Formats: sequence, structure tokens, C-alpha cells
Amino acid sequence: MQLRRLGSIIVKELRQLRRDKLTFAMIIGIPTMQLVLFGYAINLDVRHLEAGVLDQANTARSRELVAALAATEVMKLDKQLQSPEQVDAALRVGEISAALIVPPDFETRLERPDRPAAQIVVDGSEQVIQAAARQLAAFPIYNNTGWTSRTAGIEVVNFYNPQRRAALNTVPGLVGVILTMTMVLFTAIALVRERERGNLEMLIATPVSPWELTIGKVLPFVGIGLVQVTIVLLLGKLLFDVPLRGSVLELYVSALVFIVASLSLGVFLSTLATSQFQAMQMAFFTFLPQILLSGFMFPYAGMPVVAQYVAEVLPLTHFLRLIRGIMLRGATLGELWHSLAALGVFIVIVLTFAVSRVRKRLD
Amino acid sequence: MNDDVAIHAQGLTKRFGTLTAVDNVNLTVRKREVYGFLGPNGSGKSTTIRMLCGLMRPTAGEIDVLGYKIPRDAEALKRRIGYMTQRFTLYEDLTVGENLDFLAAVHELSRAAARARIGELLERFRLADRRDQLAGTLSGGQKQRLALAGTVLHKPDLLFLDEPTSAVDPQSRREFWESLFELADMGTTLLVSSHYMDEAERCTRLAILDHGRVVADGTPHDLMANLPGRTLLVETAKPREAQRSLQGVQGIIAMAQIGTSLRVLAKAGADFERQVGERLKAAGVEAQVHPIAPNLEDVFVVATSNNKESSHAAA
Repeated sequence: MQLRRLGSIIVKELRQLRRDKLTFAMIIGIPTMQLVLFGYAINLDVRHLEAGVLDQANTARSRELVAALAATEVMKLDKQLQSPEQVDAALRVGEISAALIVPPDFETRLERPDRPAAQIVVDGSEQVIQAAARQLAAFPIYNNTGWTSRTAGIEVVNFYNPQRRAALNTVPGLVGVILTMTMVLFTAIALVRERERGNLEMLIATPVSPWELTIGKVLPFVGIGLVQVTIVLLLGKLLFDVPLRGSVLELYVSALVFIVASLSLGVFLSTLATSQFQAMQMAFFTFLPQILLSGFMFPYAGMPVVAQYVAEVLPLTHFLRLIRGIMLRGATLGELWHSLAALGVFIVIVLTFAVSRVRKRLD
Repeated sequence: MNDDVAIHAQGLTKRFGTLTAVDNVNLTVRKREVYGFLGPNGSGKSTTIRMLCGLMRPTAGEIDVLGYKIPRDAEALKRRIGYMTQRFTLYEDLTVGENLDFLAAVHELSRAAARARIGELLERFRLADRRDQLAGTLSGGQKQRLALAGTVLHKPDLLFLDEPTSAVDPQSRREFWESLFELADMGTTLLVSSHYMDEAERCTRLAILDHGRVVADGTPHDLMANLPGRTLLVETAKPREAQRSLQGVQGIIAMAQIGTSLRVLAKAGADFERQVGERLKAAGVEAQVHPIAPNLEDVFVVATSNNKESSHAAA
């Protein structure tokens, strides 16, 4: 390893990157676009949800409750239902996403704080609706003593998805997903491009060592990865008010380790691919399991055991634990050390495979 | 190894699966020579060069380049050689100056030495006014000059040039060869592959490759002198008819129409001048037949038409 040579490779790489308008645009564009797109899916401010009403009491106070809930505009309580069977059917076909059920003994229940006075039945397969219903459950109910907010006022029953996942998980998760996509793809492509364009044939006839070349080409992407993390975090804060409860430094340390893990994977893929197109296909091949099994899309705890084992191998799984822990729960790296260690093991193993395959020959 | 020898290869062989790309090649290149590899596409020129530079490992054979055992000492050799391919392998999205800066750093030239050397090369290869132009926007000839400048930046003792002029016009080719001879004058040994006869003829020594074998080698002069009485010129008003009537004559290797005359290349031995004359007379074609001096194309055709026969002829 020779510093001047390494430096010249980094300078060359940055110059090329500056002139590659498309890649440059992707570096900024991918995080911004994804955040905005995903951002609207995590919008908790639900309005005009299609909902039904089954008012079995049909008293003055029950009608008052229906009117008061309708006034919040969270639910559109237009559809009048006649029986619990109708509620089931309407939910199943997706005609409504929630239903307010006022039992026949609503009046007596109101006087007894131990039992919920009414029920909101929710299509739990939609995260956002669940969250909205939970807000409504805290709605104060008028009884003889006036408007009160009782814990047992309205009961929320979750259909189809008993696990309540906080949608805010998406933004920290997105940091990981964006790094996975750009870091693996860009490095694999950048390294294969050198081979495809014939530059490598020129370089291997010079004293450049394969490691100077690989590290020199990969280092600029570490910086780019950190820029992307910053973009997502800033936009997440500005647009969606995502909290950062833990330490900023520890967050960046985790991101750095994860970036190195993703770059290692990219280097490894580049040793397998013979063309930029192949490198791209391979990169996408690694995205799918990472995005589906890491806990970004579906909760880890809900997956079958085999899928959980697979997830443990994926770097994104561990990074999501780190970043969610730090950002949402205010956890420290000391508490999350095993996830950090898992990333370290991943880096060592993948880099070892890559080293064994990087050769300075044409055959 | 003799101090005067730059490259020595013995029994050099490379197989890719069942294909033998280079087959038992023996080669000796002396220092300061401009040694040519002449051969059709797929004759093993590139593979041989790559093995000699240590970019590929031979399946069998011994290689000694500048006193280094290859492939064992390939890394040490790389500091003393330059390697240039037909394809432009510098970075098209870097400027002329940036490309040379990069290569200077790769070869560990100090910043001051690099500045001086790059300035000198830009002048010599007439690229000084192109310094800030992207390499991808240069013309074919300029790209070639830039590639050569990059290849000789670290003053290598030995240059491997794999079909360096395939992509440039005749004017640029001539200029390029002027640069090569300048380098040879300064003491550099050159190994150049080509499929152009005129280029091969300019080499001080030459090997003709066909199907991975060296089918002839020697100085261009000696190779041509080895074909006495075997090339005839048939001057006639009807060259196409003459060619038709000579079709099937035993011993004719090749015929080529050159303007209004016909060039006939024959195997060694028989008295072809008389035989051809009689055949034309019998066919009623009026023609004058006389022997002419063989050129390198004749040597090439003889050598590649029949490996066994020609290697004797050229020996």
C-alpha cells in the first residue's frame, strides 16, 4: 500500500464521479425520492376513513357519541349497519376499514367504568388505520358526570394483525435500505466498469496492487454514504418530525460500520460479475432478501424461524436494530453491541472471500 | 541468460479448455530490437504478449524477461515495462493531463518529476494544447499518442504494443511508427504485434504466428530472400481470364490481381515461370510472365498456407 498511489486513485475516482451526472444525481436523488415516497405512506394524519356504524342502543347519548366521533373527520361514519355479520362482511371485502359498534346496553355500560362502553373494530392489516383507531379510543365520552376520558371508554379490537408496529420505524429503516441499495450497487458497478472498459488491463500491467485499487475506489463511497445518511435524517426530521433520541455520534458510527459492510458485499459481487449489467443484477438479488427479511417491511418477530435465521445473516437486519434502537428508543451502542459485532463478523467474512478472488491477472 | 537478450521464451503454451491459443512458441528478442508479431486475428499474438508481461499464466513453458522469471517475478517486471493495447484503456472521462497525472502517481514518480516528465511528453507527442480536453473526445490518432505517452511515462526498458495502430488512419500510423523508432533509438526494446504488412516490414526482426505457432521468423529481408523464383508477375490485358486459366495448376499457392496484372505465388521447386507461360498460351491468353521480388505479404501467405511446408522454407 502506497499512500500517493492510493490518493491518486481516490482523486481519479472523485473526478470521474463529478463528471458522471447520472450517478451523481442518483446519490442525492435516491434518498430524497424514497424518503418522500415512503414518507407519505407513514403519514399518521388519517382523514375520512371509510367506516360503518352499528348502533344497537340507538339512544340519545349513543347518537351523540356517533356524531362526536364523526366530527373528528377521522372516520366517515356514513354507512349504517344492522348486524355484527354485516360488520364482518363489509370489513372483509374492504368496503369499510373500521366500524363503530355501540352495544344495546350502552347506557348501563356508561355508568360502569370497568367495561368499555363501545367498540371500534379495525382492519388491522393496515398499520395506519390501527394507529388512527387507537387515537380515537382515547376519545372522551359523555356520561352523567360530564365529558370524561376513561381508559375503558372505547375498546379497540385489532382484526388480522394483533402486532401493533409503529409506522415511524420506516424512516430509520429507510436509512438502511438506501445505503444497501446505493453502496452495494455503486461499488460493484464502479469496480466492474474498470474491467469492462479495459482500464483494468492497463492497470494490472502497472505496479498498482489490487488492494490499492479496490480501497481507492471504495473510499469515496464511504463519504457518499455518510452524505446520504445525513440527507435522510435531515429530511426525516424536517418533513416527518422523526425523533433522534440517542447519540448522533453513535448513530454515525453504526452507519459507518454498515456502509463498510455493504461496500464489502459490493466488492465481493464485483469479483463475480463480468459486466456492469451482471453486477446490477447481482446487487438486486441481494436487495430483495434484505428488504423483505430484515424487518424493514415485516416485523422480525412475525417471521418463521427459518426466515429469522436467514435474516440474522443479512447486514441490514443488524443495522435496523442499531438505528431503530438509537433513534427511537434512545439506546446506546453499549446496549446494542451484539448487532455491531454481527456487522463486524459479516465484514470480515465477506472481505476474506473477496480477497481470495481479487487477482491481478487476466485469466 | 545472455545480457543482450531482452525476452527469451521456451515452449510457451496456453490452453483455454480444449483450445490451444499458443502452441509451443520459442522466442528470443534482443535488446534494442523492434520485434514484430505478424499474424491474423486469433493467431495467439495477444495471448503471447500477455503471458510475456505476466498478465496471464502460461499452461507450459519458460519465460525470462529482462532477467526476471515470469510469472514468478511479474510484479517486479511491471516497473520496467510498458504495455499498450489496441483498445484505448486510459480513462475517457478524465482529461489528458489528469490521465497522465494519475499514471505518474501509479508509477510512483515524485510530484516534481511527474510535472517535468508530463510536460516533456505532452510536447513530444503534440498534446500540449489538449491538456485540459477529455480523453474521450480526442481523435483516434491523438488517443493513440496519449496512450503511448502514458505507456512510456516511467521510462520503461521494454515496451509491449498489442496492435497499437489498428484503430487509426494511415497518416497517424506513420507518425506513430516514427515515435516508436525514436524510442528504439533511445535504447528501448519494442515488441509490436500487427496485421499490417507495411508495419511488419519496418521491424528489425519478425515472427509470423498462425494458429498459436511461430510459422516463420527472421529479419524481413531474410524472410523475403527465402522465396527465390517463387513469385511471378503476369502482365496481361485480361487478368481475370488469366487467373481462371491458371486455376488448378499444381503448386500455385495464391493469385492476386493487382491492377491490370496478376501476381502468382508458387511452391518451392518446379520451374513455374515456364509452366505458367505454357498454360496461358494453351488457354489463348496473351500475357508476359516474369519473376519479381517477393514481398512480405508473399512470405506471410506462404507461411500461413501450410505450417509444415513453410516452416522449412523460412528456416
